[in-house]
Amino acid sequence: MDTLNRPEPLESGSAKEAADAIVPHMKILVIEDDLEAAAYMTKAFREAGIVADHASDGESGLFMGTENSYDVMVIDRMLPRRDGLSVISELRKRGVETPVLILSALGQVDDRVTGLRAGGDDYLPKPYAFSELLARVEVLGRRKGKPEQDMVYRVGDLELDRLSHEVKRAGKEILLQPREFRLLEYLMKNAGQVVTRTMLLEHVWDYHFDPQTNVIDVHVSRLRSKIEKDFERPLLKTIRGAGYMIKDEA
Amino acid sequence: MLTRLRLMFRSTAVRLSALYILLFAICAAFLVFYVTAMSERILVQQTRENLVEEVGDMQRAYERGGINAMLRIMERRARQPGANLYVVTGPTGEILAGNVASVQPGVLDDEGWTRFPFTYEPYAESGPARRHMAIANVLFMENGLRVMIGRDLGEPGRFRGIVRRALMVALTIMGVGALFIWFGIGRNALKRIDRMSAASQKIMAGDLSQRLPVGRSGDEFDRLSESLNAMLGRIEKLNEGLRQVSDNIAHDLKTPLTRLRNKAADALADEAPESRRAALEGIIGESDQLIRTFNALLMISRVEAGSVAAEMSEVDLSAISADSCELYEPVAEEAGLSLTTSIAAGVKVKGNRELIGQAIFNLLDNAIKYGGEGAGKPEVRLVLSADDGAVRLSVCDNGLGIPEDMRDEVTKRFVRLDASRSKPGTGLGLSLVEAVMDLHGGSLSLSATHPDDGTAQGLTATMVFPALKP
Repeated sequence: MDTLNRPEPLESGSAKEAADAIVPHMKILVIEDDLEAAAYMTKAFREAGIVADHASDGESGLFMGTENSYDVMVIDRMLPRRDGLSVISELRKRGVETPVLILSALGQVDDRVTGLRAGGDDYLPKPYAFSELLARVEVLGRRKGKPEQDMVYRVGDLELDRLSHEVKRAGKEILLQPREFRLLEYLMKNAGQVVTRTMLLEHVWDYHFDPQTNVIDVHVSRLRSKIEKDFERPLLKTIRGAGYMIKDEA
Repeated sequence: MLTRLRLMFRSTAVRLSALYILLFAICAAFLVFYVTAMSERILVQQTRENLVEEVGDMQRAYERGGINAMLRIMERRARQPGANLYVVTGPTGEILAGNVASVQPGVLDDEGWTRFPFTYEPYAESGPARRHMAIANVLFMENGLRVMIGRDLGEPGRFRGIVRRALMVALTIMGVGALFIWFGIGRNALKRIDRMSAASQKIMAGDLSQRLPVGRSGDEFDRLSESLNAMLGRIEKLNEGLRQVSDNIAHDLKTPLTRLRNKAADALADEAPESRRAALEGIIGESDQLIRTFNALLMISRVEAGSVAAEMSEVDLSAISADSCELYEPVAEEAGLSLTTSIAAGVKVKGNRELIGQAIFNLLDNAIKYGGEGAGKPEVRLVLSADDGAVRLSVCDNGLGIPEDMRDEVTKRFVRLDASRSKPGTGLGLSLVEAVMDLHGGSLSLSATHPDDGTAQGLTATMVFPALKP
């Protein structure tokens, strides 16, 4: 089962290509006691243009997280010497506001809730696909320093007004259903980044599990047809094996 | 020998028998001693009563004719068979007349009844003289003469002999009784326990179909065997389920793994970058599918283990139903089906929104996947209704349905109706729904009866929740 945690080879993955182009540099900390999994992870992150430091237990992870500055931390829940959740709450107590993604293999459905309560920002249950982890780390890393106050998102000639709920492309209004609006809003908020199907189900429908089927794809393709129907340039790309990304290729 | 004895003593039956023997022996000894003491007293009492008359006769003879008249009567009576004992002694204690050779010293010191049986030596007619026990009355006469009239009680060892014999008999009876108890009850029980442990050994060795022997008497042993057998039945069923699951897992994971391996081999052999890339992307897709299967499996075990400690709260089932339909409506449309709903407003149940949502998703997914295959109108319908007893959420389709004999089967992990696996899917969807319903104290029922008009068509999967307590 462990092998499933290992990332797929990225040399040929399009997720990597996309990530490479967008994130020239990001520094993260991985606290994971499974050395083999951690080695795969740091290697795969490096290939995606992310520098990953590694700590193999809770105490040294806490030390490194306090002493150094990171963009994102990936913390396993079960760690020797200090439990993952305790590391997070201690970091928060010390004023470290770095976004944290919790990895967990614990057999509980409500891990996500307890993890987020302890101060985590995102949660990914094992086993996961590396593309999922990568997409989430990218989004968390971007969130830092990006003000939420942006009232209008813009990608190329596509415009989304969060206040009036208006969507325009090249000045021409596009009518969207409320759910389609939220879908586009989330994609545009993370423009230039890969967004997975699970992330979409989480943020647009508020269900936290792998949709298993093509249900999200159908919604995305509906949205795509609305925003791209009368226009030449595609904006919404499908990233195979990973998810979707909205980006102006110009 | 000692170890065998110690081993024997480990058996409860032997220990109990030994305890019985000990208790019985103490009781018997007490009884025997009590009875002998009592009968001795009665014997002495009776003998004394017999002597009273004799003593009266002698006193009367003395009063009438003096010492000589008394001696005459004494002499006559002493000659009769079974005579009493007569002794006349002088002032110094020497025996002057009588039918006794010697008397225990001190007997003639006090007048009246001797307090205890004493010993004397009769005239031996043949063979060596033996000492006998006797009681007597002593009369003091004039000139320091003393007369003793007594009666023989037998030889001194007689009483002890009786006691000893009685004890021996009692103890023998006890011993035989204990043996009988041990054989009759203990050994029987022991044998049954041995049979039970023999059966247990076989079960431990892996033969779960073995059962403990049950007798007809319905006693404690039978009841114990029955409960143990019931337990074994449950274990066997669980074990069987587990084996079924692991068999299915092995089977269902082998195919995608083989495919994965072949694709990887193809990619390795492919020189052209474009097709190689496509092959690798195929590998990623295949791996993702495997991960999904594992996630679904883990999810089911988590839910089934109940370790979920899932946060149960009052959730709006109407809202979850509407959400789910909104999510699946485009999927249904794309599959050429119409998704219609009849959702009662404001229906609340105690539960976990995530799990219920996932269960409804699975049902809708199934209905859309298989609902278009039937002859009826391609339609999927979700009906949510509540009465005071229960809350029912049904997802119905007009597909081919599930044959009645397969309805229990399809909720098992990896069991799929189309053996060819032509449609994508893990075969885990209904397993999860059932696990979720179990966790919520409800149930999943599969039927062919449409909840709207009761007609038989397609498949109706109904999640039944217990109604919220006010």
